[in-house]
Amino acid sequence: MEGQQLAFLKILSKAITTFISIAITMLGLLLVTFVIGRVMPIDPVLAIVGERASQATYDAVYNELGLDKPILVQFSYYIWDVLHGDFGDSLLNARPVSEDIARVFPATLELATLGILLGVILGTPLGVISAVRQGSWIDQVARFIALVGYSMPIFWLGLMGLLIFYGILGWVGGPGRLDIFFEDIIPVRTGMILVDSIIAQNGVVFRNALSHIILPASLLGYYSMAYITRMTRSFMLEQLSSEYILTARIKGLSERQVIWGHAFKNIRVQLITVIALSYASLLEGSVLTEIIFSWPGIGSYVTTALLSADMNAVLGGTVVIGLIFVCLNILSDLLYGIFDPRSK
Amino acid sequence: MSNLPIQDWLLSDEPTSRRQAKLSRLFKGWVAFQTNVLAMIGLGILLLLIFVAVFAPLLAPHDPFVQNLGNRLQPIGSDQHIFGTDSLGRDILSRLIFGARITLYIVVLVAIIAPVVGLLVGTVSGYIGGVVDMILMRITDVFLAFPRLVLALAFVAVLGAGIENAVIAISLTAWPPYARIARAETLTIRSSDYICAIRLQGAGPLRIITKHIWPLCISSLIIRVTLDMAGIILVAAGLGFLGLGAQPPSPEWGAMISEGRRFILDSWWVATIPGLAIFAVSLAFNLLGDGLRDVLDPKSGRS
Repeated sequence: MEGQQLAFLKILSKAITTFISIAITMLGLLLVTFVIGRVMPIDPVLAIVGERASQATYDAVYNELGLDKPILVQFSYYIWDVLHGDFGDSLLNARPVSEDIARVFPATLELATLGILLGVILGTPLGVISAVRQGSWIDQVARFIALVGYSMPIFWLGLMGLLIFYGILGWVGGPGRLDIFFEDIIPVRTGMILVDSIIAQNGVVFRNALSHIILPASLLGYYSMAYITRMTRSFMLEQLSSEYILTARIKGLSERQVIWGHAFKNIRVQLITVIALSYASLLEGSVLTEIIFSWPGIGSYVTTALLSADMNAVLGGTVVIGLIFVCLNILSDLLYGIFDPRSK
Repeated sequence: MSNLPIQDWLLSDEPTSRRQAKLSRLFKGWVAFQTNVLAMIGLGILLLLIFVAVFAPLLAPHDPFVQNLGNRLQPIGSDQHIFGTDSLGRDILSRLIFGARITLYIVVLVAIIAPVVGLLVGTVSGYIGGVVDMILMRITDVFLAFPRLVLALAFVAVLGAGIENAVIAISLTAWPPYARIARAETLTIRSSDYICAIRLQGAGPLRIITKHIWPLCISSLIIRVTLDMAGIILVAAGLGFLGLGAQPPSPEWGAMISEGRRFILDSWWVATIPGLAIFAVSLAFNLLGDGLRDVLDPKSGRS
């Protein structure tokens, strides 16, 4: 009984420390964006009232924005707003930034999810095989893929893909999510066109959407595949050199059982962590990919806002991307803790 | 095979001076490094980059800035212009050659700023420990919490577009991993016997950190910096591509791709050639970094 209580207390204290460290990281993240917003050479009041406003109007808006308060109070207002999903209004179209982000986010989610699926489906087996057949031609191919993936500018590879598969071969749809005459046909439910068209049971739109997403998703998939292959390979090599594998072989298990039933089973946890991290890094890759493919996601939203000095939108997008990044990192830590009995 | 006297001196098993021991270690490392063909290719590409950057005005067949609208979008392999011309009739080869200077400039500056900041933060954090360590590591975590390109975008938004600002923004996003490495190294070194011995001799923390901890952190930092440079070149090119790095008419490679993007279907070479250049340099850093890791860090070995 006492032992149980002790174990419970241990878990509780661990949970509290984890929670505090997460909270501090998030707070720091908001502090960075807050400071960036403060030192911007753009006057937020002027951006709202315009240059011809009277001093009284200017002051009124100045006070309304809370700029007369001490900086710490301003920061707490900022946190309060962000916690309520309020990133201010876009200076460009005067709509709330949070609405804009909610509108563009599904496009990024759809792209990144398809990308990571491709990366996992191709990368994991490739990594396992290249570890099992170390030095074989498959291993060399895997090494080459990883090396190229780490060295090639993603936006350039995207352009080349467009040139070859769209411009010359005409196998895929061009930039954008749909051909123009398919737009606004199906009702928006999730914002992800592939899912929406399945719900609406519209095969024509689905096929068209697929022809548009396949190239950018393969591009992102290639980069996550490069990473996942390399990590899977090194995890597998570590397992295959352990003694229990030798034992399993001596017992006469088939090679397939040794590799998939024993070694691979033991790297699943590490693999999940890698996949979560890779998913997070796709957010970064999607910024440039979205620009190349005119994909209306959060990456192109932030970049467009940046080029038109729409600071609320830039900071809102940065905070959202940062928070997702942190959450995925924490998630992978938690999964590791749950699935790996050694870490308990 | 007869050795030159200098080789005998370098390979001597009984060095007579500290300098000889040091040089001998370097030479043995170099010999081991030479056997790695891929790493040598990487080194070769980087040496070529430096050579081209230094002698750009002599090597470039044309002025990289002179426009000639009558001669625009000349295809690859045309007279006078091996790599063709861009949308303003400027010679792509010449722009590529001058662009090497910009790439080198970014790489050198970031390679100086980011590791030094990381080394300072990491060693101080690891050596002092306690509250200082906690605060510094939290700050590091916060910077690690952003995807690198996105944070660089936000910094550029504050600083304004331009190549110097791009360097600052990239450095600001690049230092945290170095701080982590330096801290980890410091923690293992801090409690070792020889540090205690020096402390008993009366050395202050400043002397211990600069003279005894830093030198031991350097090799793991060098490996990491070399491997990171590939990624940093890609981020810099990405910023240039988005129009936030080097400004026109600067022949920065990323900006050149962005310029060529509009004509990609008709004049593919305008965007293709600078991309190949970025790829070559980035690949070179990856190959060199792998090679250096094998030589400098026997622990990790070949994976």
